[in-house]
Amino acid sequence: MKHNGETACGACCLQTKNLTVERDGLVILRDVNLHVHCGEVTAVIGPNGAGKSTLFEALLGQSRYSGKIEYLDANTNTRRKPRFGYVPQTLSIERLAPISVADFLLASITTRPVFFRSAKKDAERIRASLKRVNAEDLAERRLGTLSGGEAQRVMLALALTPTPDLLLLDEPVSGMDEAGRGAFYNAINILKETLDVSICIITHDFTFVNRYADNAVLLNRGEVAAQGRAKRVLAGEVFKQVFGMAGIS
Amino acid sequence: MQVLTDFFIGWLKYDFVKIGLVGVVLFAPMYGMLGTMVVSGKLAFFSDSLGHSALTGVAIGAMLGLSSQIPSTVAFGVVFAIGLTVVKSRGKASTDTTLGVFSSAALALGLVLMSLGGGFAKYSSILVGDLLAMQSTDLIPLAAALVCTAVYMTFRYNKLLLAVSQPAIAKSRGINPMRIEVEFACVLAAVVMLSIRWVGVLMLNAMLIIPAACSRNISASVRKYVTVSIVFATASGIFGLLLSFALGTASGATIVLVLAVIYVYTLTYVK
Repeated sequence: MKHNGETACGACCLQTKNLTVERDGLVILRDVNLHVHCGEVTAVIGPNGAGKSTLFEALLGQSRYSGKIEYLDANTNTRRKPRFGYVPQTLSIERLAPISVADFLLASITTRPVFFRSAKKDAERIRASLKRVNAEDLAERRLGTLSGGEAQRVMLALALTPTPDLLLLDEPVSGMDEAGRGAFYNAINILKETLDVSICIITHDFTFVNRYADNAVLLNRGEVAAQGRAKRVLAGEVFKQVFGMAGIS
Repeated sequence: MQVLTDFFIGWLKYDFVKIGLVGVVLFAPMYGMLGTMVVSGKLAFFSDSLGHSALTGVAIGAMLGLSSQIPSTVAFGVVFAIGLTVVKSRGKASTDTTLGVFSSAALALGLVLMSLGGGFAKYSSILVGDLLAMQSTDLIPLAAALVCTAVYMTFRYNKLLLAVSQPAIAKSRGINPMRIEVEFACVLAAVVMLSIRWVGVLMLNAMLIIPAACSRNISASVRKYVTVSIVFATASGIFGLLLSFALGTASGATIVLVLAVIYVYTLTYVK
């Protein structure tokens, strides 16, 4: 299957083979085999300390790992390093830090130093990327004064510029109220349908997994305890054992 | 009255004041600019350690009998900066503890080396510094450093900003924060070592940090932050130097006091 430009073809994929991470003699992730396709949302779930964040770190190349991480670009039918968009759990920055949202985005996507007046086309570009996540009115705000939900949207705008192959979201809605969550999930759903990108999301929100995720990977004590279609993982025995409660129907 | 006359016109008669002023105009903008990154990256303790290590650099230079101590001081500073950055990131102890150990060790080593021949007194001027003791030939390395710093900051500022403020996001975008930080540490070390004789070990960190700290109080964007920091650093450098000439006080310390007054004033603007 070929790309038609913007929307997902479903054929690009990221695969991990026997991905293992050891730190200080402890095995944190053991033999993780994943298969993530573009145009799909994969939820990574599991109790605290299961290795979810470590999995992201390994994918991003921030943790030393053994095993293989491969990305197949269906458009050119070649294997290459995927481009990542990463949204961390929180944006930790001092309230007073003199960095505006626009500075933050410009510093990340251009080489023209941000202490010069920004070029018109760059300003346009960041306006467009903020608009995509309904955050164009935040451009002049100080980064440190954003609320949790606003910061998430700004980081999402950055992660999507330029469009990544794989979007990694680490517990994006923790600390957001109900309305914020809804808006964020809607944004993710729109991205999934309009962009050629695979989305992996670490979350404890099983309602979200049930409603929006295509696939789920259940990690427990560093190993994949279950994976497959999201609804099936949630209804499975393993899920009940790990979380000690009934799955969501 | 005499003080006012000296401040405004009296200095015109003296070449050493003019040279000092040119020196300030050359190094203050560097301090203002690098300071913004030191403050944003929470590297204040780091730059303080760098200043202390200058004593060792100067002592080694003197022992090797080099005619000019600049090469040995800069070389030592760069090596010290690289080592410190690596230990800081690899170490398991908290950063302030690691830096505290390195900082005091560098200071102690410098003092031991300098006092070896029983002649510490002849080095004591490096602690306080003297901008008015600059020679016209000292201006050349400062001018070169200013050009290099400006070029470096122009090409690296964005990556540096991302690396020190959001290292996780920087990494995900293919930036190696460690490498960027080591580079910055080297540039900072070179600038510090080049100017330490005039600025003084004890005043160095204040001159590096206060302009940026003042600017931080009143700026909401990077552009204003950097510009205002450079302006504060340069203006208080010129003002403080002339004031120290008129009052007959230590130049570095006078500049720092001027900066401190500006800082207190900008505090009232903090929103």
